[in-house]
Amino acid sequence: MNGFTQVIHFLGGIALLFRDIVLELKTKPFYFKIFLKQIYEIGWKSLPIIFVTSACAGMVLTLQFGLTLEKFGGKIYSPKILSLSIFREFGPVFTSLILAGRVGAGMTAEIGAMKVTQQIDALLALGTSPIKRIVIPRYLGGLVAVPILCLFSCFVSIIFGALIGYFELNLDLFYFFYKVFETSKLHDFFSGYIKTYFFSSFIILTACYFGLKVSQGTYEVGNATTKSVVFSSVLIVLGDYLLTKCYWMMV
Amino acid sequence: MQSIVEVKNLYISFNEKKVLKGVSFSLEQGECLGLIGGSGEGKSTLLRSIIGLEHPSSGKILFEGENVTNLSEEEYISIRKKVSYVFQGGALFDSMTVYENLAFSLREHTDYSERKIREIVLYELKEFELEGCEDMYPVELSGGMQKRVGIARATISKPKVILYDEPTSGLDPYKKRNMQNTIMKLQKRGTTSMMVTHDMSTALRICDRIALLTGGKIKAIDTPKNFKESHNVLLNNFVKGIKQGENHESA
Ligand SMILES: Nc1ncnc2c1ncn2[C@@H]1O[C@H](COP(=O)(O)OP(=O)(O)OP(=O)(O)O)[C@@H](O)[C@H]1O
Ligand SMILES: [Mg+2]
Repeated sequence: MNGFTQVIHFLGGIALLFRDIVLELKTKPFYFKIFLKQIYEIGWKSLPIIFVTSACAGMVLTLQFGLTLEKFGGKIYSPKILSLSIFREFGPVFTSLILAGRVGAGMTAEIGAMKVTQQIDALLALGTSPIKRIVIPRYLGGLVAVPILCLFSCFVSIIFGALIGYFELNLDLFYFFYKVFETSKLHDFFSGYIKTYFFSSFIILTACYFGLKVSQGTYEVGNATTKSVVFSSVLIVLGDYLLTKCYWMMV
Repeated sequence: MQSIVEVKNLYISFNEKKVLKGVSFSLEQGECLGLIGGSGEGKSTLLRSIIGLEHPSSGKILFEGENVTNLSEEEYISIRKKVSYVFQGGALFDSMTVYENLAFSLREHTDYSERKIREIVLYELKEFELEGCEDMYPVELSGGMQKRVGIARATISKPKVILYDEPTSGLDPYKKRNMQNTIMKLQKRGTTSMMVTHDMSTALRICDRIALLTGGKIKAIDTPKNFKESHNVLLNNFVKGIKQGENHESA
C-alpha cells in the first residue's frame, strides 16, 4: 500500500469508527466505570508531563518575547503577546501534541496487544462489542480529559510566564496578570478551547483505529504505535490551521 | 436429531491463500464432534467462522436452521451468547484477575447479584482445580492453568454449544483426563460441542463423531469406532501420523 492510499484508508477508517461510536452509543450497556478509569488514565496521569511542558513553554515564550521586545523598549507588551499566543494556540496545540505521544501511543499499543493476543476476539466471542467496551469509554474519556488538561496547561504557562517576567524582566507580577486578563477576551479563550474537542477526537480515534487494525504480531504493534503518533500529530496541526481559519471566518 | 450448526460448501481465504475449499458438515444436537487435521489446515479458521470471527467468501452457515453467514456485528451477539468459544491460546483478559475473567460473561449478560456471581465463579474454580487463583492475573498462571481458566470462562454461562480449540494440549496426563471428564460432564448436561484436537486419545475417548479436515475439505466423518477400524488409507495414515507425532513429543 503506498502512502496516498494509506492516508485515504486512514481517513475512511476513522470516519467509520466515529460512525460506529455514534451508532453504538444509542444502545446499552454503557461502561461507566471504564469511562471514569479512562478519565483518570488520560487526564490525571498526564498532569505531571503537561505541568512540566507547559511551565517550560510559558517561561521560554516570556523570555523570548521579553528579550526581543526589550530592544525596542516594548517589554511591557510581553504579557499581552504571551496570553494571546497561549490561549489561542500554544495551550491547545502543544498539549494535544504531547498527549498524542503520551496517550495515543499507549492506547494503540494496548489495543494492538489485545488484538494480537486474541483478547479482542475473546470479547467478540463472549458477545461484547469492542466498540462499546474499548473505544467508547476512551473516546468520551478523552473528550472530558483533554479540554481540562488544555485549560490547566494555559494557566500553568501564564503563571510561569509571570514568574519569569518578574525575575528576568523586572515586570511586576500584579501588572503581568492584569495585562493577561485585560488582553484576553472570552473569544480568544474559546477559539482555543473549542479546538481541544477536535484534537481529543483526533488523538483517540487515530489511536483506536491503528490499535484495532493490528493483525499480524508484536512487530506490527510497534509499527502501529508509531503511525498512531505520526497521523494524530499531523491531524492536529493541519486541523489547527483549518479550525483557526473557520473560526475567523465565523466571527 | 436436529442439526444445531450446518455448514454448507464453505470457502475462506486469506489474501491470495485459499484455506477452506468447500467444507460441509453438520453438528447435531447433543453430540461432541471432533475435528482433526494437520497443522495449518484451517481447523481454527473453520471454528472461528461459526461465530463470525472469520468471514467466508462463499458458502453458508446455518445455526438452528437460520442463515447466519456474514451477519452484522450486532446480530452476531445473539449467537455468541449461545455459542461459547475456547481459544487455542486461552485469550484471557490480562488486565483482569482470574475471578474477573470468569465473572465477565455473567456480569455482561445476566443480572445476577454479585453474591450469586461469586458463588458460581468459586464453584467453577473448584471444578477446574483452580482454587485460590481468583486474585491472580493471567500472567501469573502456568500455560495449563491459563487453558483451564479459558475453558471455565467459556463454559460458566452454560452455553448451548461450545467450540473448543485444542482444549487438552499443554496439560499433564492427569489434568488432561480431568479435562476430558469435565467435557464429558458438560456433554451429559446436554451441551453440544465441537472440538479441534491433535490428541487422538481425547478424540477417541470423548467424541461421538470425528471429522478429518485436509486439503481444505472434510475428507471423512465417522464414529471413533469406525475410525479405528477404517480401511480408508488417508485416515489410517493420518491417525498413525498423529500417533507418531505424539510419541515424538513425549519422548
Ligand atoms: N489472519 C490470518 N491472516 C493470514 N493467514 C491466516 C490468518 N489466520 C490463519 N491463516 C492461515 O490459514 C491457515 C489455517 O490456519 P488455522 O489457524 O486455521 O490452522 P489450524 O488448522 O488451526 O492449525 P493448528 O493445528 O496449528 O492450530 C494457516 O496456513 C494460516 O497461515
Ligand atoms: Mg488452530
